[in-house]
Order: sequence, then C-alpha cells, then structure tokens
Amino acid sequence: MAELTYRDAVARGIAQEMERDPDVVFFGEDVAAAGGVFKATVGLLDRFGPKRVRDTPISEQAIMGAAMGAAMTGLKPIAEIMFSDFIAVCYDYIANQFPKSRYMSNGQLGCPLVVRTANGAGVRFGAQHSQSVENWAMAIPGLKVVAPSTPLDVIGLLAAAVRDPDPVIFFEHKSLYPTKGDVPDGEIVDTLGSARIVRPGNDATILALALMVSRALAAADRLQAEHGIDCEVIDVRSLVPLDTQTILGSVARTGHLFTVEENPRLCGWGAEIMSIVADEAFYDLDGPLVRITTPHVPLPAADALEDMILPSVDRIAERVRQTLES
Amino acid sequence: MNETSTNSDAARRRPGRRRAKPNDDIGEGLRLRMFRSMLEIRHSEQRAYDLFLENLVKGTSHLSLGQEAVAVGFATAMRPGDLSFCTYRGHAHTLARGVPVEKVLGELMQRDNGLMRGKGGSMHLTSAEHGVMGSYAIVGAHMPIACGAAWRAQYKGRDDVAVCFFGDGTANIGAFHEALNLAAVWKLPVVFVCENNLYMEYTPIAEVTAVEHPAADRAVAYGLDKIVIDGNDADEVYRTAHLALAQARAGHGPSLIECMTYRHSGHSRADPGHYRPKGELEEWLKRDPIPLYRERLLQFGVTENAIVGIEDDVRRLVDEATEACKAAPMPPAEILTTDVYADGGWAWRN
Repeated sequence: MAELTYRDAVARGIAQEMERDPDVVFFGEDVAAAGGVFKATVGLLDRFGPKRVRDTPISEQAIMGAAMGAAMTGLKPIAEIMFSDFIAVCYDYIANQFPKSRYMSNGQLGCPLVVRTANGAGVRFGAQHSQSVENWAMAIPGLKVVAPSTPLDVIGLLAAAVRDPDPVIFFEHKSLYPTKGDVPDGEIVDTLGSARIVRPGNDATILALALMVSRALAAADRLQAEHGIDCEVIDVRSLVPLDTQTILGSVARTGHLFTVEENPRLCGWGAEIMSIVADEAFYDLDGPLVRITTPHVPLPAADALEDMILPSVDRIAERVRQTLES
Repeated sequence: MNETSTNSDAARRRPGRRRAKPNDDIGEGLRLRMFRSMLEIRHSEQRAYDLFLENLVKGTSHLSLGQEAVAVGFATAMRPGDLSFCTYRGHAHTLARGVPVEKVLGELMQRDNGLMRGKGGSMHLTSAEHGVMGSYAIVGAHMPIACGAAWRAQYKGRDDVAVCFFGDGTANIGAFHEALNLAAVWKLPVVFVCENNLYMEYTPIAEVTAVEHPAADRAVAYGLDKIVIDGNDADEVYRTAHLALAQARAGHGPSLIECMTYRHSGHSRADPGHYRPKGELEEWLKRDPIPLYRERLLQFGVTENAIVGIEDDVRRLVDEATEACKAAPMPPAEILTTDVYADGGWAWRN
C-alpha cells in the first residue's frame, strides 16, 4: 500500500498497461519529454522509449485520427488531448469516427482506444480551459465515458479502459491531480460501468462525479452533523456504461435523489439519470428530483467568480436540506 | 529512385511478362486485369445510376465515372496487406480491391446482401478482408486515420502501406495538413492520393484554392515531392503508385500524388453538373480512361475478340449481380442494434 497522488496514478496506470501489453502506445502534445503539462506522465518516456511514448505536434485531429487508425489495425493506443475543451477541435473523431466505424461496417472494424483528457474547473483558466464536457461524449452512441475521482480509480479504470475493446473517453479532473489516496501494490484493474456507494445513508441519494464527489461527501457530513440528515453518496464513475441498478437501488431505499454536476445545466449527465429514475422509479420517490449544476453560463476565470459558479459544499447542503424539509 | 529498374523488378514478378511486346514494362496480364477492373467499375456505377432512377438505389451516391484509372492503377500496384482508405466517392476503390460487385450494389440498394447489410450505405463501403478499411464521408477525416494505420505497420516492423484517396477539395481542410505533417515527421509508410477532378462538389477548385495544384503544391511545404500525373492513364497511375509504394515499404516515408482526372457525372446523384463550362465534359470524354486503355490494348496486340470477350464477361457479371440484389431481402430488424459495441450489442446501461 502506498499513498499516491491522482497525478502519479495516471503514470502508474499507463505504465502498468504498457508493461503488460507491448501493443499499448501512448502519445499526445508534450506528453513524452516534458512529461505532460500537468506532469501526469513523467518518466514514461525513459521507461518505455520514444517508439512507444511519443510527442506529437499541436494537431488534435492528427492525434485522434492516428489513434483510430492504429486501433483499427491492432495497436492499443492511449492518446492524450491536453485539455478536454480541445475535444471541440477534433470532435469529428469523437462524434463521427470512433463510435460509428463498428456499426457502419457491420462489425468489421473496431476502435479499441483510450482518449485521456484533463477536464473540469478549479485552476482559474477561464472558459476555454476549464469546462466539464463529459456530456459531449455521453451523447454519442458507441463511446464509453469514464471519470475517476480517486488515485485508485484512475489506475483501475484506466486499466479497464485500455483493455476494453471499445473507444473510451477518460476524463481526468485537473483539480484532482494533486489530491492523494491509498493505492495497493500490484496490478489494479477495475470494471467499467460500476458506480460506487462512497457513503451509505438512508435519507437521500446524492450522485456525483470526479471533483464533485468530495464536495458531495463534505455536504453529506455537514447535513448529518447539523441537521441529522443521513445522505447516501454515490460516485457514478462511469457514465457509459451507466450503473443504473446501483442508482435505482439506492433511490428505492432513500426516496430522494440529487445530482451534483459540474457541467453546465442543459443536457448535463444528471438529466439523463433523472429521466431514467422518473420513468422507472417514480413511485419510490418522496420528493422532487433535484439537479445541482453549474449554471448555464461560460466559466469565468477569476477565482472568486469560479468558486461562486461551481456547485459548492454550501450549495449542495442547502439544496438538500431545503428539499427534504419542504 | 530509379524508375526503370523498379518497374522492371515489378514486371518480372508479374504474369504475362513473357508474352508482352518489347518496351512493355507492365505486361499483358496486368493490363488485361486493369482493363477488366476499370470496366467492372464503370458498368457497376452506370448500373447504380440506372437503379437509382428506378428507385432501387436509395439515399445518395457519388460516382467515379471517368476516374476509374486512379482506383485501378493503385489497387493493381497494391498487394494484400496494404490498406485502402477511401472517401464517400469510394465505390471504385472498393471494387478495385476485389470486393464483389454484388456486395457493393447490394449495399447501394440497401439490401441484406450488401457489404455491410445496409448499415453503412454508399458512402461507407468497408471490406476489411480486402484491405478496404472504410470509406469516410467527413472530408479529410480519414487522412490522419490512414497515418495511424501506417504507424501500426511501422511499429510492428511490417512493410504494409496505407493508401489514402481523397478529392481536391480535401486539400483545403485542416486534417489534410495535420496528416501530411505527422506523416512526414514520423516518416510513415502512407501514400496520399489526390483525385483532382477540378471541382469541390459544385465549385471549381481553382476558385477557392490559393495554389494551382491543391494537394501537390502543398505537399512541398511538408518536404514531399510535387508529383502531378495524368490520372486518366491507368499505366501512368500504376507506375507512379508502384514507386510510391516501394518508397514507403523501404522505410523512406510518405508521398503524395495528385492525379488529374474528371468526373463525367455530377458531384452526387442530386447534381446534374450544370455549373461546368460548355464543352469541358466533351473534351474530357475524349480522354475517357477506358476507351483510351482499350486502344492501348489493341496497340499492344491484344485482339479485338479478346477485348470483346472481357466486355461481355463484365456486362454479364454486373447483370447477374443486379438480379441477385433485386432478389435479396431487405435487412432484418434484428441487426438494428447489433455492433454498436464490441460485445455485439448496444447496451449502455445495466
């Protein structure tokens, strides 16, 4: 067992998979010699050499396309898109190419690749380097979408993503890179499509993802201490495949459901989950379905403003309390 | 690279060499094969057009009528293991790699016997077993994908080559430039083949492009040679393809070839091509690659009888394929949700 940062977990996860399978390659902008702009891939070039760990030009379409061509012919590429906002300049591959080739070819072609990307706010980079865009990927049939919240999950879910035969968009949260967590020694492999109950409770279910998990947990602690409200917090972890059974099972016990979403409000991931619950668990509910999201505005750069706009521990606790007490 | 010696090497391996006339570096066997292949494409696409008028070919289709020599010259120079990446104008390239006519027509007619059982359609013809790694309908998208396939060959120490076909309009999109740069920097075994048919969809390419040769002039900026050839001469295409493939196989990196050609029909089935100046089509019809090649076969001593035999044969083949497609059922409902994910299904939740 060792304490590892989320940042170091990225490098360990990639290394674990490169060690296991010589067809795993890793590439992107500044990822090799520089070790990544977030220093999440330091040491991989030295360990695996320039044939397997490659710097690319600033060419997001070339990165994505090369990953796809390599994947469909037998390699297992891990490609990095430095900031998830940049998915917008290569969205063709996310929306039209990776997820459709298997279906359109009637199963002849596959696309077993992983795109890692730094998602989310908290580092004051403004509207084009801080977005949470997991819902951009979630909307496309054929993709899998993962967003880990702990160092252990980074390794386990990354390993699962690399071994998965489908294209996986792997959203790391850039504000979580310095956070720490315990990680056991040896090989770590998790399963895509399993949510985790990170705090059991009986009065309300709170779903969260990535950075929002720790805020939901802090809000749950406060609600317990100050109001005696016992919340269950679920780390969704994987948006596609989605572990609806864990969610529905929890709602059946608590009767109340909240989502804490960093993405802007319209068509955020929670909306889909709420629609499933409204459809399939309506008679389990004892109150309204409540989404706590970033408002539908671009992200401001200033720390004071950014702190106000993301769901905060205060806002989560207050909305849950109000809803349960009304 | 020495063109003559390389082609002689190629010719020595090819059937028909002994029977060929002096100075015939390609050989009769290969020439007959190219002629047959061009005819097969021509008749298949003309049939697709006719079937569209009967409402039997659905959706859209982008024909290569007049451009067959590019597809055939390249496919003939390629070998098993080499991979083709095509555009939405990809029927010709797919057929040229040996995919049966019935499979292609079936897909155009959206029947269950189609290449992808109707799930892809005209713009996405794919036959992995023939090395046709997809036809891509977003302009330029497949150029980086071809780089990735070439990278895999390089990584595995294989001498397979990725060949990426695209139109003149593609040279103005970002992915083209990103792909050329990456291919050059990584020295990838990829051959980029521009089919310059003078029009990007409905607009003359010269009106919207800063250079005369949209692809070849830009290739120079990435350290590649400027290569512009007559894309209506199957022999010239074959020779050039052979050299470029050999260069890629030898580890000398990518090349780009701009083939000057012309499509006899409009951009797609919706386009009558009225924007073309009077007389232009007629001029190009004089350089139709198929009659030109027929004439060349005669010059090389192939008998009229032998040629007519091939023509009859191909006509019969396309007729039979058409009848098989007409008799084929529509795709069944149960394939609607198959192959979304690798487990064969479409489940996104438990």
